[in-house]
Amino acid sequence: MNFDFSDDQKSLKGEARKFLGANCPTSRARGVLENSAAGYDAELWKSVAAQGWLGAAIPEEFGGLGLGHLELCVIAEELGRAVAPIPFASTVYFLAEAIMLAGDDEQKADLLPRIAAGEIIGAIATSEGPGATTAATLQSTVTDGKLTGVKIPVTDGDIADVALVLAKEGGKPGLYLVELRGEGVTREAVKTLDPTRDAAKLTFKDAPVRRVGAAGAGIELVEQVFDRAAILIAFEQCGGADRCLEMAKEYALERYAFGRVIASYQAIKHKLADMYVKNELARSNAYYGAWALNTNAAELPVAASAARIAASEAYWFASKENIQTHGGIGFTWEMDCHLFYRRSRQLSLVAGAPRVWKERLVSHLERRNAAAA
Amino acid sequence: MDFNDSPDEAAYRQQVRDWLDANAPKARVAGDPEGGDGMAASKAWQAKKAEAGYACITWPKEWGGQGGTPVQNVIFSQEEAKYPIPGNPFQIGLGMCVPTVMTFADEETKKRFVGPALRGEEIWSQLFSEPSGGSDVAGARTKAERAPDGSGDWIISGQKMWTTGAQFSDFGIVITRTSPDKPKHKGLTMFWIDMKDPGVEVKPIHQMSGGSGFNEVFFTNVRVKDSQRLGAVDDGWRVSLVTLMNERLAVGGQTGAGWQQFMEAARNTPGLDGGSALKDGALREKLADWYVQAEGLKHTRNRTMTALSRGQTPGPESSIGKIISAVQMQELGNTAIEMLDQYGIIDDPELASLNGAFHFSLMFGPGLRIAGGTDEILRNIIAERVLGLPGDIRVDKDVPFKDMPTGR
Repeated sequence: MNFDFSDDQKSLKGEARKFLGANCPTSRARGVLENSAAGYDAELWKSVAAQGWLGAAIPEEFGGLGLGHLELCVIAEELGRAVAPIPFASTVYFLAEAIMLAGDDEQKADLLPRIAAGEIIGAIATSEGPGATTAATLQSTVTDGKLTGVKIPVTDGDIADVALVLAKEGGKPGLYLVELRGEGVTREAVKTLDPTRDAAKLTFKDAPVRRVGAAGAGIELVEQVFDRAAILIAFEQCGGADRCLEMAKEYALERYAFGRVIASYQAIKHKLADMYVKNELARSNAYYGAWALNTNAAELPVAASAARIAASEAYWFASKENIQTHGGIGFTWEMDCHLFYRRSRQLSLVAGAPRVWKERLVSHLERRNAAAA
Repeated sequence: MDFNDSPDEAAYRQQVRDWLDANAPKARVAGDPEGGDGMAASKAWQAKKAEAGYACITWPKEWGGQGGTPVQNVIFSQEEAKYPIPGNPFQIGLGMCVPTVMTFADEETKKRFVGPALRGEEIWSQLFSEPSGGSDVAGARTKAERAPDGSGDWIISGQKMWTTGAQFSDFGIVITRTSPDKPKHKGLTMFWIDMKDPGVEVKPIHQMSGGSGFNEVFFTNVRVKDSQRLGAVDDGWRVSLVTLMNERLAVGGQTGAGWQQFMEAARNTPGLDGGSALKDGALREKLADWYVQAEGLKHTRNRTMTALSRGQTPGPESSIGKIISAVQMQELGNTAIEMLDQYGIIDDPELASLNGAFHFSLMFGPGLRIAGGTDEILRNIIAERVLGLPGDIRVDKDVPFKDMPTGR
């Protein structure tokens, strides 16, 4: 049994923690939070690109490091732990993964080297309003290679160069690449729960597109991309949830009430134990997702669903109970607790809410059962 | 990252498979594992394993083991579980009691007991919990006093409770109060005892679930030799920690009906809209949660196994299992029963779905949440030993045991 990261991968994780410890203290996230014009931390983005992390899983022939997805998982965990205010997920987990999965040679040669070098920022645009987007609700359309429609919210939509857009062509959903600095694109920033991450409303009027993958395969392709992103995001969530538990623990060991540290009260101890249990369940599910992602296993959709559900639950619980453990001071703007609380919401929603993933998981289990019967 | 054996592990697994193929039972013996044919089959299988060195793989060779690794032990258990093997009433003895004897008894005693226990000829019980305290083992009240005749013998009186397998045990280890004038942890002494001694009386406990898997054990002036003492007088707490440390290594899997059984039952139950209950969004959401928990525990065990495989001590992640599985057992059983609507109240195995497996989960779940460390004690263990939070303020630490307040 070898169900763990290798020594090399662990040492990469250690380096990432050290690097982010020095270059991404929470003051960086706070800097973006308090400067609504910023969108992201451009300096941090540059230094992360210089580390080669954007191309960790991109093959060397396209300018990446040619490592595997396991390496990307350990980096993701550290970025989550540091609540890094950069468009890493949009660019790497969504755009790069989609292009590696379904892009043609020209798209790969065009985009992957620029992603790896940190020259472009990506985004994925599927949502068009309240509720999950499905083939039935999808409104955006592509006609004669031109896209028209409205997407909201689009994470990093205001800072991205290229977006993947889900739209219908001839009545069938497809996935399309749009140059956001080109014609026919209007962007408006939108306010969100997590201002440390950029978001926008994108309005397209006859914007030129390139299709990614087969015509009419948009929904399936988005599901595959979301499966892959969900696992990487699960590692960010594990990193954030573990940091919340640490913060709660550190505070509980320092704070006195009724003559002793609050960490000595069972109400607090059991709360922290519950955080630990949820975090471990999330980590174990994320590890299985990492294995499935790295080996492109048939179980990938089920593993991704389980990883996303467990990690969303763990980060939600840890981020809210971290505030509770801090008491009144945890409710202040100056305390970092809300950075994690906000980010936990962003990560739980960006690739589709846990409710949707639970439904997907059970549907997969039904099909698997029917196949076995 | 993969799920493969290392070359050494693969070779060991093959060796185990070959041996099991030649020796393991091919059909399950019918009957109660706690007596009659079932017990005979259990003892026969244990003897066979002992002969080949598979009874206690990690024990040293001189005591009948293989000097093997914990991973080899897990590999054997995995392979053994593929056969219709009889029940294992030796686990508590070989996992906890005999290792304690091996740590604290003299050579002669060890020679007398280790072999027969290993071969399944003699069964051992652990006598710790009492009516007045289960979580608080150090609060034991069962008395051991020196016999007044100057022989050095001890006289034991009191009552133990929740003793698994006492009805068919030959020997046991018992923790007793020897110095009530000292603080609670400092006045305990451990002995091994012969369960057939006069004055030892075993009575089954009638559980709320209807069954009787545990016992009360009454001691009425049971005389034991000083040579039966394990560890120094009044040092029994330290001895018990050795026993309980071994308890933590016993890892359990899923108990009762799981998400698969629930999904099947939901498929076959009418839902609110006339279709199948499996279409009910609320039930689907719970099903997803249970699946994710079960998978989380499975892969947590894989992480533990990996640590063992790499020669490391497993991390604290293995301590989360029962907190999740016991609560899930109770909740899943209840949800399945509510899904059946009015019919759910029927637990007659002839009429109930899955022969009443969900009803069993509902009625046994409360016991599982308490046995082997309550939900609350397990949270304390995680908080204190894993997260390093302070222990509770103790009002009983320095008070003579006899002066401590007692309630019910």
